[in-house]
Amino acid sequence: MKNTANSGLHVPEPTARPGDKVDFSYIAIPPAGSVRMPDTAVDPSEIRDLCYDLIRVMDENGQAVGPWNPKLSADDLRRGLRAMTLTRVFDDRMMRAQRQGKTTFYMKCTGEEAVAVAQGMALRRDDMCFPTYRQQGLLIVRDWPILDMMCQVFANTKDRLKGRQLPIMYSTKEGAFFSISGNLATQTSQAVGWGMAAAYKHDQRIAATWVGDGASAEGDFHHALTFAAVYQAPVILNLVNNQWAISSFQGFAGGDRTTFAARALGYGIPGLRVDGNDFLAVYAVTAWAAERARAGLGPTMIELFTYRASAHSTSDDPSKYRPADEAACWPLGDPIDRLKKHLIALGEWSEDQQKALEEELTEYVTKTAKEAESYGTLDQGVAPSPATMFEDVYKEMPWHLRRQRQEAGI
Amino acid sequence: MPAMNMIQAVNSAMDIMLARDNDIVIFGEDVGYFGGVFRATEGLQKKYGLDRTFDTPIAEAGILGVAVGMGAYGLRPVVEIQFADYIYPALDQLVSEAARLRYRSAGEFTSPLTVRVPCGGGIFGGQTHSQSPESLFTHVCGLKTVIPSNPYDAKGLLISAIEDDDPVIFFEPKRLYNGPFDGHHDRPSGIWANHPLGEVPADYYKIPLGKANIVREGKDVTILSYGTMVHVAQCATEETGIDAEVIDLRTLLPLDIDTIVESVKKTGRCVIVHEATRTSGFGAELSALVQENCFYHLEAPIERVTGWDTPYPYSLEWHYFPGPDRVGAALKRVMEG
Ligand SMILES: Cc1ncc(C[n+]2csc(CCOP(=O)(O)OP(=O)(O)O)c2C)c(N)n1
Ligand SMILES: [Mg+2]
Repeated sequence: MKNTANSGLHVPEPTARPGDKVDFSYIAIPPAGSVRMPDTAVDPSEIRDLCYDLIRVMDENGQAVGPWNPKLSADDLRRGLRAMTLTRVFDDRMMRAQRQGKTTFYMKCTGEEAVAVAQGMALRRDDMCFPTYRQQGLLIVRDWPILDMMCQVFANTKDRLKGRQLPIMYSTKEGAFFSISGNLATQTSQAVGWGMAAAYKHDQRIAATWVGDGASAEGDFHHALTFAAVYQAPVILNLVNNQWAISSFQGFAGGDRTTFAARALGYGIPGLRVDGNDFLAVYAVTAWAAERARAGLGPTMIELFTYRASAHSTSDDPSKYRPADEAACWPLGDPIDRLKKHLIALGEWSEDQQKALEEELTEYVTKTAKEAESYGTLDQGVAPSPATMFEDVYKEMPWHLRRQRQEAGI
Repeated sequence: MPAMNMIQAVNSAMDIMLARDNDIVIFGEDVGYFGGVFRATEGLQKKYGLDRTFDTPIAEAGILGVAVGMGAYGLRPVVEIQFADYIYPALDQLVSEAARLRYRSAGEFTSPLTVRVPCGGGIFGGQTHSQSPESLFTHVCGLKTVIPSNPYDAKGLLISAIEDDDPVIFFEPKRLYNGPFDGHHDRPSGIWANHPLGEVPADYYKIPLGKANIVREGKDVTILSYGTMVHVAQCATEETGIDAEVIDLRTLLPLDIDTIVESVKKTGRCVIVHEATRTSGFGAELSALVQENCFYHLEAPIERVTGWDTPYPYSLEWHYFPGPDRVGAALKRVMEG
């Protein structure tokens, strides 16, 4: 199956498939604290090296070291830990609901919680987010009610999206969280447009968007980079490199040739590459990019280097295309464990407290899920009224839709 | 003959064609090692090698762009777009390039591509895993559009599509992958092993593009349909007891106009059924053609039963889907008319 010497066409292959020994030896991991932190007004051409390095703050002993240490208060750190833990408990519960037939589909962000949670904390509450389906942590860290999220997943009578969207395709203007699209990468240039509009209005708010390693191959992402650079839009372009795009490893998005952060170079945008499982580092680079954008210094691209520890979705079985123990071998660890370790090292947390937190959040999620289920679940057929199906196609319903609604007898 | 479901039939067609013609290459998102999210290309990479069936970057415009380039060289690319709902980034390459290359180069360059596209609803896929955009493609001159309704046709039509020297959009109704579906979502689904068209020859055979199939002969009314709706139409015919002639168009472009006209002239009535939205859907074209060709034979207005003109609503899927009740009601209306 390997590319042979005389096979003319090169086709990338991951280092390990099911049955092979996991091999992450190609990943270079510099020591925590070793990467310099430039001034936010830096010329992008002076920090090209940051596209190839890996910004890390927490060392093996859980100490925060180096210039990127954001020096968060213990309360903020606990808040981050809580939001990441809640995200994980929420995901597990919704996944179980899917297995029980209460909904048809779910997607977890296990192993990537630091991305959305730390970034959500570093952004202001009203900075506009254009996420993918794996940034539920943004809503959670913004204290968006998980009840509301669950009602969307169950497509029940309290679903704010009226049962029209796949589970997890959240949308809340009030939460500054743009309607998630099923069509990959479309949100990236939209975020740039939102940022351009904010600049036009001299608004202090900035935009942030997320795209996966796989989806970064879409043209939209490259349009986003071009427009962001041309108009120096106040936007943060986050690329979540979790190594996999369903069954395709990141080499199929070009990751074998260069880093994803280096995409920024060709556009004259500063690119930062960060250990995505290091809560402090993720917070710090996001704060840096946000400060830059808010000061009118233009866009930043951030590659968040992480690992998709779960299946792509409830429809996926990763044991068919990657070694079963690959997640366990991920060299950058687990974001929740690492932040917990840091807090414990600071003397601000303990294993017992973490256990109590998990129990408290599990109870909270279970209780909330029960309430959400009381408003209906998909299998019970307590969907929003069928008549709503014809609404919101247009602001005012044209005659043909009125006629069709009549024909439907609803 | 082996029993095959529609995925196995499509897989068998590609397997045979990879073996027969070294110029055929298959690619798309997740189609290589994994064998596609619907498993249509399962085993092909292992059997034919890394450079004959491979994964691509997630960039539909790129997939079609390189397919056009390979076709210009002389290869015969067979690409998969993971869901019809994700074909839109590729529209420019399809509409402006693949479709017109023969014309604008006066036949010097051609686009002998096949684009396999899972389509249609009925799987709770929501707005972005349920669409039926066939009429966007039938509207484009230079493209051929095919939609099989069963494993036997799927294999024979796919082999014809791959051998065709023009670009072919090959829609695969995903609700039919594992079994026939008559629209009664609340009843157990059928399986192809129990259906005569689930019997598929293991070897090479072709079903010509542009040839419809009369799946049920009747004298009262002609039902024009394709894909999943063929089964729904048959079910509605049985349930209403109306003696309808059910035509599975199989290919929308080129269209088998002779079979259509002959049937409507015989029955004097016509109901058109598709899952796609109504306005400017393929049913509009069919209706116009029937009117143009059979006007003096028509005894009732032509009816269209289609998806509503809204995005496919996730939880309200079965209120949206044009099931046998709606088709049956239309049949009764034309019989009374
Ligand atoms: C335009 C488009 N093409 C294909 C798909 C199907 N699809 C959904 S998710 C996915 C993989 C995305 O991988 P990545 O961008 O790495 O994000 P991750 O799932 O790893 O978070 C694919 C191919 C889609 N949703 N939209
Ligand atoms: Mg990914």
